[in-house]
Amino acid sequence: MDRFVFLTVNGVALGAIYASVAIALVIIFRTTRVLNFAQGAMAVASAYGGMAVIEYSGSYWLGFTTALVLGGALGAAARLTVFRSADRQGHLNPIVIGIGLLIVIESALAIAFGPTERHLSTAFSRDLLHLGGTALLSRQDLFTLLAVGVVMSLLAWTLTRTRIGLQMRATAFNPVVARLHGIKVGHILTLGWVIAGVVGALAAMLVVPTGLGLFPQAMDLVFVLGFTSAVIGGLDSLSGAMIGGVATGLALSYASGYLGSELTYVAAFVLLLGVLLLKPAGLFAGTTARSV
Amino acid sequence: MLQIKLVRHGLLTLAAAAVVALLVLQSEDVSNFEYIQVAAYVCAAAGLTLLIGVNGQLSLGHAALMAVGAYSAALYLRSGSEDSLASAGDLFVALLVGSVTAAVVGIAVGAVAARLRGPYLAGATLALGACVVGVTTYFDHLLGGDQGLTMPLTEVPAPLSAALTSYQWSALVSLGTALLVLFLLTNLKYSPVGREMAAVRDHEVAAQLCGLSVARVQINTFVVSSAAAGAGGAILGVLYLQIASPGAFTLFLSIYLLAAVVIGGLGSMRGAVIGTVIVLYFGRLIEDRVAHLGLSTAQTDRLAAHLPLAAFGVLLIVVMLAVPGGIQGTLGRIAPRLLQLMETVGGKK
Repeated sequence: MDRFVFLTVNGVALGAIYASVAIALVIIFRTTRVLNFAQGAMAVASAYGGMAVIEYSGSYWLGFTTALVLGGALGAAARLTVFRSADRQGHLNPIVIGIGLLIVIESALAIAFGPTERHLSTAFSRDLLHLGGTALLSRQDLFTLLAVGVVMSLLAWTLTRTRIGLQMRATAFNPVVARLHGIKVGHILTLGWVIAGVVGALAAMLVVPTGLGLFPQAMDLVFVLGFTSAVIGGLDSLSGAMIGGVATGLALSYASGYLGSELTYVAAFVLLLGVLLLKPAGLFAGTTARSV
Repeated sequence: MLQIKLVRHGLLTLAAAAVVALLVLQSEDVSNFEYIQVAAYVCAAAGLTLLIGVNGQLSLGHAALMAVGAYSAALYLRSGSEDSLASAGDLFVALLVGSVTAAVVGIAVGAVAARLRGPYLAGATLALGACVVGVTTYFDHLLGGDQGLTMPLTEVPAPLSAALTSYQWSALVSLGTALLVLFLLTNLKYSPVGREMAAVRDHEVAAQLCGLSVARVQINTFVVSSAAAGAGGAILGVLYLQIASPGAFTLFLSIYLLAAVVIGGLGSMRGAVIGTVIVLYFGRLIEDRVAHLGLSTAQTDRLAAHLPLAAFGVLLIVVMLAVPGGIQGTLGRIAPRLLQLMETVGGKK
């Protein structure tokens, strides 16, 4: 029972990270119908920036902030350069461009920082806290949950209560009508990429220190899991992405806890296939016909 | 029409085979060793270009299908006695086993892929590629975990052993297989089956209204593409790497293949060959240049390992943004105009 509780809590904390990657993907996908395959690599690049600042200044929080700012800047840069006309092309071109950007960033990082693991510290201790004799979660896990929670609430508040959020929803709903109403659709799309970049960088800063360390491909598998989460949620629903993230985190935590940690990614693949086969539109997507 | 094409492709293949045989016999062992890699990549790239270019399905997991080919060939070759050399017969059967096993896996993957479109398919195949390490580690008693499975060395058959070195024999087998794959896939592309694949790519609903089963055509294409990838994987594992290990079949291999078919021009078999040669030799060229820059060993290693990949990334982006038809498409567009130009110039004289 203790083990079950531990795996559950652990799964939720991991799920929060997958959820933020999923949200980064969904924010872009719902407005431009582009799945940004370079999202993970951009997040790693931000984390490298954060690490460099931490090593130089010695302040974790300065590095943390740098990483988030850098993530946003990279998002804007990607949108304004290689993905500039991506939403007007077929579905194949943006995917290939994303893959191209992915290997450019990863090999550039390997050249600049070396291909081996670099140390990125956590914000708080990873020692497990005990609650009534059961080892539950660490301060770092609590920080992860809190940080992701704050970002999600902020995002939800922005989307539902502010003027800019209304414009974002209008753009996602129908870009042409939004433009006719005087919304600067281009700016709104770029803002989406900036938010996605920030959320992705946050995920990298949270997940990298708990994994194998910082190396150029550190986010590749996290990206796959984030994509799985987003698909479970339906690729265009933000709340769906959150639930999908937690579901993925739990499924992987149980799979690695009860079946063996080698099977973590196989479990993710099986989960992804299961969802795609049984409910390809995801569990939370609005009902829209596939356009042909 | 089909018969004419068939004869033409057959003659072209025979001519290419003659050139290849001469090339192999003239070349040093080092070059022949490189040809094996080219042949392996060409097989997989030809399969991938059929899938992406002709049928419109994207796969970012072809390295996994190559891994299936390499591992099944390894299991077949190791099922014999432990330290004997693999005879020519064994080698051919191993390549066939690799190809067929990959095709069988392709049925399952294709059945899933046929239900997916665009980014969903890309993400699912990406996840498939990420499974290789997990599967090989989990079944490590059978698949050897991280270490992988070593292959027995291949033996040049007795009548040829005086004339050929072992590398020449391996290169001949590999390039011959690649030519066979190219011949079969090119004919397939221009056959009624190939037209069905293209119809499904161009307009699913219209294809359906013509009485085609979209899912069936897509699964068939995936199976054929997997068989080609499996043959490529078996060549790469048995003859080039002489080992089947998860480290050889990573996401980067899938991206190399994608870069080859995109740069060469999607849907064209000739483009797949040109793209593969460019990707492999352009990479080598960059490594050579880096080695002559006079940097420290560590810096040279780092640049040599990663600069080619960065260059392919840039090429992928540039090709997609500027010349979506790739080299073959651009040649196809420019060549008639050049001819026209030459005619007008000639006419004025």
